[in-house]
Formats: sequence, C-alpha cells, structure tokens
Amino acid sequence: MSTKRFLYLTGVVTLIAWIVVPIYLIAIGAFSGRAGVFRWPKSLWPADASLQAMQVFMQIEGVWNAALNSVIVAALCMLFSVLLGAPAGYALARFSFKGQTAYRLLIVLTRAFPLAILALPLTVNFIRIGLYDTTLGVALVHTALALPFAALVSSSLFMGIPRELEEAAWVFGCSRFQAFVKVVLPLALPGLAATAIFAFVISWNEVFAAAVLTVRERTLTAYLLTVLSESPLHFRFAGGFILIVPSVLFIFAVRKYLFAMWGIANR
Amino acid sequence: MTNSRLLPYLLIAPSVVFLILLFIFPLVQTIGLAFTDQGGASLGNFRKMVGDINFGVSLRNTFLLVAVVIPLQIGLALGMAVMLQKMEKGRDLVLWIWTIPLGVSDLAAGLVWLSILQDRGYLNSTLFALGVIDSPTNWLSYENPTALFVGIVLAEIWRATAIVLVILVAGFQLIPKEYFEAAEVFGATGWTRFRKITLPLLKPSLQSALILRTVLAFEVFAVVYALGGRNFPVLVGEAYTWMRDNQNDGVAAAYAILIMVISLAATLVYIRLLRTKPEAQA
Repeated sequence: MSTKRFLYLTGVVTLIAWIVVPIYLIAIGAFSGRAGVFRWPKSLWPADASLQAMQVFMQIEGVWNAALNSVIVAALCMLFSVLLGAPAGYALARFSFKGQTAYRLLIVLTRAFPLAILALPLTVNFIRIGLYDTTLGVALVHTALALPFAALVSSSLFMGIPRELEEAAWVFGCSRFQAFVKVVLPLALPGLAATAIFAFVISWNEVFAAAVLTVRERTLTAYLLTVLSESPLHFRFAGGFILIVPSVLFIFAVRKYLFAMWGIANR
Repeated sequence: MTNSRLLPYLLIAPSVVFLILLFIFPLVQTIGLAFTDQGGASLGNFRKMVGDINFGVSLRNTFLLVAVVIPLQIGLALGMAVMLQKMEKGRDLVLWIWTIPLGVSDLAAGLVWLSILQDRGYLNSTLFALGVIDSPTNWLSYENPTALFVGIVLAEIWRATAIVLVILVAGFQLIPKEYFEAAEVFGATGWTRFRKITLPLLKPSLQSALILRTVLAFEVFAVVYALGGRNFPVLVGEAYTWMRDNQNDGVAAAYAILIMVISLAATLVYIRLLRTKPEAQA
C-alpha cells in the first residue's frame, strides 16, 4: 500500500469516527443514568448502561407530553408543507406564467432571512387569535421554514416527469386532475415522501420559534431548552439522544434523494 | 383556455397567502416593533440594545464564531467531497455516515459535545488516562473562555458541515467527467485540476453553501446555550433572553433586525464576490 493510499484511508476512517464516536458517547451517557454520568474516569465501555435510565427519563413529568407535541407539530408541518408546496412546485414545473420570477424570488428570499426569529412578533398575534401555546401555531411557523424548500424540490421532481405522459392521459380522456392523480402522482410519490420527511426533520429540530411560542404545550426541543440549566446531566444526555434518533433514521430513509434534492434546490 | 391560464395562479395562491401571513407580515411587524417605543416611533429599542452590557460581547462572539467556523466547514467539506469522488467501494455507506449530522438539531449537537467536554466527560477521562490532568477540569466555564469557544466551534463543525457537504457533492455531480479526463491527458496534476476545474465549476454550489451556512451561523444559539449557558452570549441568545426573561419584545425585535441586516449583507457580499457569468456555468 502506498503512503498516499494509506493517508487517504486514514483520512476517511478518521472522519467516520469523528461523526460516529460522539453519537456513541451520548448514547452511553443517555443509558447510564446518574451513576454513569458521575463516574470518573470514564471508560468507553458502557458498563452502567441499562434501559432503566431511559425509562426514568421518559417518566419525568412533561417529557412524554413534549415528545408527543414534537411529533404532532412535525407531522402537521410535514402535511402543510407538502399540501402547499407541491401544487406550487407543479405550477413552476409545468406552466410559464407572469409573475413566476417574482414568485421564485419570494421563495429564495426566505432563505436569506433568519426565519425562526420572525416568531418574535407572532407571539402577540398568536395570543390574539388563540394560536399561542398550541401545536398548530408552532407547526405553522415551522411550515414557513419548510415550505420554500418543499416548493423548490417538488418543482424539480415534477420537471423530471415527462410532460408527454400526462398529455397521453388527456388524449385517452382523462381530465387534467385525473391525469395528475393517475399518472404523475404515483411517479412523484417517493420524491414527495422524501420532501415530507425533510420537512419533518426541519420541524423536529427547530428550537427558537418553538421555545418562544409555547409555555405549557412545549415541543421536546423547547422543553429541553427551558429546563436545561436546572436539569442534571444524565437527563440532558437522555434528551439529546432522543432528539437525535428519529432524525438519523429519517435521513437514512431519504438518503437516495438527498443529493438530487439539494443539487437542484440550491440553484 | 382561460381555465389553464388561471390554473398556475390557483396552484401557487395558497403558498403565497401562507408566506405573506407567516413571512412578510411578521417581517413588517418585527420592523414595526423594533422602531416603536412607548407608543411612538423611536430608536429607543436600539439604544437600549446597544447600551446593554452583553451587546458588544454577543456581537463579537457571533462574528468570531462565523469567521472561524465557516472557513473550516467549507475546507473540511471540500476535502470530504474530493475524498468521496475518489472512492470506489463503500461510497454510499461513507456518504450516509458523513451526512448523519444533517438530522441532528443544534440543541442535540450541543448536548452531544457536552457529554464529551463536561468535567467528568470523555475528553477529561482521556486526558487523565494520558496523564495530562490529574483531576476533572472544567472547560466550559466562564473562567475558560478560549476552551468554551473551541468547544462550541467543534460542536458547530461536527453538526453543520454535513449540509455543506451535501450541497458540494450535488455540485460535483454536475461537473462533466470529460473535463477531468481532458486535464489529465494534458498532464495536469491533482492540485492543478482541483484549482483550475473543480473550484471554478463548483462556484455556484459554493455560493449557495456559503449563503445558507452563514445565515444559519448568525442564528447560532442552542449549541452555545447547551454548552455554556449564558457564559458565551450570542445575538440570538440575547434576543431570546430579552423576550423570555425581560419580557421586552421591542429590544428582542431590535436584535432580530440587526441579525437580519447582517444576514442580508453577508448574502449580498457572497453574491457579489462569487458572481458567475451565465456562460461560465457547467
């Protein structure tokens, strides 16, 4: 093996370890409970690990509710961003219409703004219309984060489906809507699912807006943030670990689409 | 066919209405909030913001983080992308592992690094095993600002390099293989090829990666909070504190405006610096 090849492989392995080892370490922290966290010096072997530590964490008042809220908010965000974004993406892909450039600009513009911070004035409005401290309210703000992404990605998805397929369906007597449902949708479905999952992850991970817009109906991130300073370390690690698991699985599920999505979405 | 002329507008209408309500409208309101004090138009909130003891520190800290983190991330991601390009076996697996942090929130990343950097954490245990220290040392405290800063930088690089990598890998896929082959025929070395082909053709992707990452980096908050609490003030953290603890949404909005102006300025700078002529694009 040449030195160059050796250096190359070392680099790849080091970078893999750089990503994986920290996750392994917080997993040990999460499953080791009080005793494990205070052990000194620590071993890399999970000697104290047991499922009990995690059970204790889930039974803490507020944790379960917060986790449930996170799932609800993320699911709503997923639903809204696909329902609002996919039609817009279809319009961008299939029609040329006046105002298209302006619309694209609006979408791209959202990216230059720290959107989550715009949740600040929304507290006042949300209190007025009864959306403050509700999962729906947080989901709406998260949709504003995920929607531009969903619109751009679905437009590239629809562009990848030949127009001729749809036109053939019209010739055979399908209406525009029928042709969409029967021909385009099945082809676009895996990509749309990937888009939806990405929206889920965006929402699941968002901290600032969720923390500002809720008091009792906290999402998991908002809950962890607010109790952070007064909670013991093993509690924080358990929370961090639970935050990581679903998103990592989801990213695994959509890995095939990741590059196609970003390749076009960042143009 | 009037129907099909109207259709695109009907399709984009819901998202336009939504973005007006949840993007444009709060944007205008934030501006309004920031420039109103005690019922009248004033710069009072900004004066209060600038006069606060944490303002200068948080501004400096945020800029310092962006200035250190972003170049390291771009460099690291470029290196990873080049490595992936050479890879024959196991590329998909490596790529997946390297993009895992894409799904990790900033709060979780902060907590991950807290488990490593806390007094009785893995870093200190390793240092102890190596004989560097003989008792738990607190790295993440107020008295040790450099160590705290390094910890936050590590957590940020760990978490947010993946998004840069994804954008760059997607960009790499758009560069025609023939270019590299041609360069090789003419005897260009690896480094020359990287400088003369990869970098110029990757410019649009680099630009998007830089814009996206910089805007997000100026929003840095939860990582910092998880690792150092309020020992390392940053702009968004201050906005959060003014909102939550001081119940003053005027000053919080002033911070929001400041962050927005900085983000927009950074975006414009990147667009300017990395301008690509349309005909030069791959």
